[in-house]
Amino acid sequence: MAIAELRQTAFIPLPIQPPVEAPILPLLTSLEKRLLNEFQHGLPLSPTPYADMAKQLDSSESEVLLLLKKLQKLGYISRVGPVFKPRRVGYSTLAAIAVPREQLEIIAGYVSARPEVNHNYERDHRLNLWFVVTASDQAAVEGVLTEIEQHCGLSVLNLPLLKPFHIDLGFPLWC
Amino acid sequence: MSDLDSISDDEISLDEVDRAIVRATQAGLPLVPEPYQQVADEVGISSKEVQQRMQRMLELGCIRRIGAVPNHYTLGFRGNGMTVWDVPDEKVREYGKKIGDLDFVSHAYHRPRHLPEWSYNLFAMVHGKDRSEVDIKTAQIAKLLGDDCRAHEVLCSSRILKKTGLRIA
Repeated sequence: MAIAELRQTAFIPLPIQPPVEAPILPLLTSLEKRLLNEFQHGLPLSPTPYADMAKQLDSSESEVLLLLKKLQKLGYISRVGPVFKPRRVGYSTLAAIAVPREQLEIIAGYVSARPEVNHNYERDHRLNLWFVVTASDQAAVEGVLTEIEQHCGLSVLNLPLLKPFHIDLGFPLWC
Repeated sequence: MSDLDSISDDEISLDEVDRAIVRATQAGLPLVPEPYQQVADEVGISSKEVQQRMQRMLELGCIRRIGAVPNHYTLGFRGNGMTVWDVPDEKVREYGKKIGDLDFVSHAYHRPRHLPEWSYNLFAMVHGKDRSEVDIKTAQIAKLLGDDCRAHEVLCSSRILKKTGLRIA
């Protein structure tokens, strides 16, 4: 494989988030916690969903909007909105590569830079690079995996979803 | 799990207007008093139609949920463990449902084995505040599986290299 060629495409700075040993727990008010716990799903499909949320939280529309903007700005929520099921809009798969240590930065950068890759994680395993590839259909996804294999000179493990067992409705953050 | 999983992908048809709604909302709803009105203006239909079409996508399972999407990492949930399990194929469905129902599991999936290098057929994402909490929860799953767990591993993420929402063109 062509390392020099890889180097040119590896322009994404790494890492996005450094590993942190001790969690720094954010200080949140009880209203913020309730908002995060109770509205991971079920945002009303009504003309004024935030006012409806406020009613349930004994708050006001303006306060709810202010809190959501704050939580988003601080990075505690990535957005408020629909979470789409990947397989129902296009096709996706989970893929893994066992990348030799010395090539990890370059190959991880190349994989992250691909627009079809929306998640990419380094994991503590022989298969140390795990990523999700999404495209319009199965053939397109498999084409991307083949390109990655050829570009990197490493085999890619293709682990498509066979069956989901859980509709993701979020999960309790605080009990 | 619900009946949604029995609907095959090709029974679900999203037309151009649905896809325009997906594009307009995938980065989040606007934080304004009438967010669906703003989406409607962008797509060129009424707010009511946006709500009706999103309701249909929810019922079809194209939309899993509508709400605040927490960033577990910044909230202090740093123990993101992908647990992988080798269970008998004939029992993967039964165990998948049981594990998916555990409140610390955000996703549970049946995925193919690739023998000899990959023997695991059941994946469960386990969340906790740190690695030790993930290990305790993994042990709970192992106990639930008993002798049917032939092997398992926990793959914790050491770095998030890229994480973006779904984007469709």
